[in-house]
Amino acid sequence: MRLLSKKDSRLILDPLADNNPITIQVLGVCSALAITAQLKPSIVMAISVIFVLGIGNVVISLLRNIIPSKIRIIVQLIIVAALVIMVDQVLKAFAYTLSKELSVFIGLIITNCIIMGRFEAFALGNGPWRSFLDGVGNALGYGVILIIVGFFRELLGSGTLFGFKVLGDSVEKTGLYAIGYENNGFMVLPPMALIVVGIIIWVQRSRNKELIEEH
Amino acid sequence: MGLKHKLHRLKEKYKGKKMAPAFNALHTFLYLPNLTTHSGGHIRAADDLKRTMNIVIMALLPCLIFGIYNAGYQHYLALGDIQAATGFFSPEFWSMENFSLGAWKVLPLVLISYGVGLGVEFLFAVIKGHEVEEGYLVTGMLVPLIVPIDIPLWMLTVAVIFGVVIGKEVFGGTGMNILNPALTIRAFLFFAYPTWMSGDKVWVSGAVESIGQPDAISGETILGSLAQGNSFGYDIMDMFYGFIPGSVGETSTLLILLGGLFLIFTKIGSWRIMLSSVLGALGMGLIFNGVISAEWIGENSKFFSLMNTEFWQHLLIGGLAFGIVYMATDPVTASQTNKGKWIYGIMIGVLSVTIRVFNPAYPEGVMLAILLMNVFAPTIDHYVLQGNIKKRAKRIKVKTI
Repeated sequence: MRLLSKKDSRLILDPLADNNPITIQVLGVCSALAITAQLKPSIVMAISVIFVLGIGNVVISLLRNIIPSKIRIIVQLIIVAALVIMVDQVLKAFAYTLSKELSVFIGLIITNCIIMGRFEAFALGNGPWRSFLDGVGNALGYGVILIIVGFFRELLGSGTLFGFKVLGDSVEKTGLYAIGYENNGFMVLPPMALIVVGIIIWVQRSRNKELIEEH
Repeated sequence: MGLKHKLHRLKEKYKGKKMAPAFNALHTFLYLPNLTTHSGGHIRAADDLKRTMNIVIMALLPCLIFGIYNAGYQHYLALGDIQAATGFFSPEFWSMENFSLGAWKVLPLVLISYGVGLGVEFLFAVIKGHEVEEGYLVTGMLVPLIVPIDIPLWMLTVAVIFGVVIGKEVFGGTGMNILNPALTIRAFLFFAYPTWMSGDKVWVSGAVESIGQPDAISGETILGSLAQGNSFGYDIMDMFYGFIPGSVGETSTLLILLGGLFLIFTKIGSWRIMLSSVLGALGMGLIFNGVISAEWIGENSKFFSLMNTEFWQHLLIGGLAFGIVYMATDPVTASQTNKGKWIYGIMIGVLSVTIRVFNPAYPEGVMLAILLMNVFAPTIDHYVLQGNIKKRAKRIKVKTI
């Protein structure tokens, strides 16, 4: 017995690769640049968006027949805002330093285009279970890119992963640093995140030629 | 059977294969191909892309040779082994010891720059199946001239790969790039490894290793000391001849001036861009001098010493002259229209001096100014063209009425 039907599993798997919200639809890039200097905030951000988008899609889907279409954007905003405030409060209560580090960007999940995009494009026209899968799938697709970017930026920019000095100590010159290696300060700056996202897009499109737009 | 014939046979043998562009590049670089075009009318001109590039390289060679001598000279002068040079042909400067130490330091930079850069170009030509383009010939010569002497070679390697791939190949190769590749490489180094690109330890060979030792040496660039509000101890002629610490090949304003005249004379470099950039820099320098003499800014201001620099001295210190002559004039990334070139050049001059004065963290403004104006060059051209179209449309209207 399959856990999900073929059609349902596509809802989860498609956004992970060939219909990725960041690399194919190019949505949500702003937060991908802002918080990926380190791996930990990237993961927390990914989890937060999975929560907000998964639950949000279900709520919108349940309400889809009673929301007047004229005011649907406002209703959607209120729902996202409520969910984001919940995430923010939980982070403040249980991971205060991390919440400081992510600063306004948790709040800015509200403006993440992926969330409004999925509400509009999917949840308003589909049942709650499928909307839930679609929300989780898209948020996972977003999170995967965040984690890849965060991995490279933290490894090359600070020489650490989750704060562990995997390449040696840059001050005491151990490990790789003993032979003259140095951290790449450019990796910590947001422009480099844009370039890393660009490289991921490049690699993805040269592996799958169907993704290249015609113009 | 000469080498040309052998290369030609290799080319025929690999025709249609993946490696073909690599062999073709070697062949056409060394010789004129046997092939001629058979149909259509053609314009015959002596200066193809390759010859254009070679002339720029010829204009750069004096700077490279001077840079080699200067590397040795700055090192031994900082150690106190030799007397300061007096006059341009002073034997203290043009000595064999200076040359051998400088060559030992500078030639690896040149080799890495060309080896890695051309390697990336060949790789991309083979992958994409197009011919290898000559664009890297000049970039490869510029790169070693605009980095500090002691830059670690692996950093240069990383930067060259980044600059050629992200600065050029992703846009489609030579002729399609938005940013000047040599400056992209330098900007990458500057932001990625700032400790190796600024400060008082990287401009004189051997200064980094001597940190903490009793005979530690250091050499601050003139811009660096001015940015910290100190004065500098070089006289004007030293600055003009280039007997000062700085990036490898950009110190000698005299040789850059000669190179610039050579480029203008051979019509390779645009005199409009060079002249307008110089005018822009002088104008901005004059404005800052005016601010000082109007006493709007006191001596305690952190901008004082750079603002107080005589306006024409901005051309002698830092890489401004080098950037204006060899990099602002890059025909691919500069404005194409004549009026556009004036605007582009003036803005480079103005922005370079402005960044110098107002941002001590970026003592060399010319790199950022040129990169910024590279981005705006197509926009400038667009408005110049639109302006021209409008003017002509108006003329027709007047006539028909």
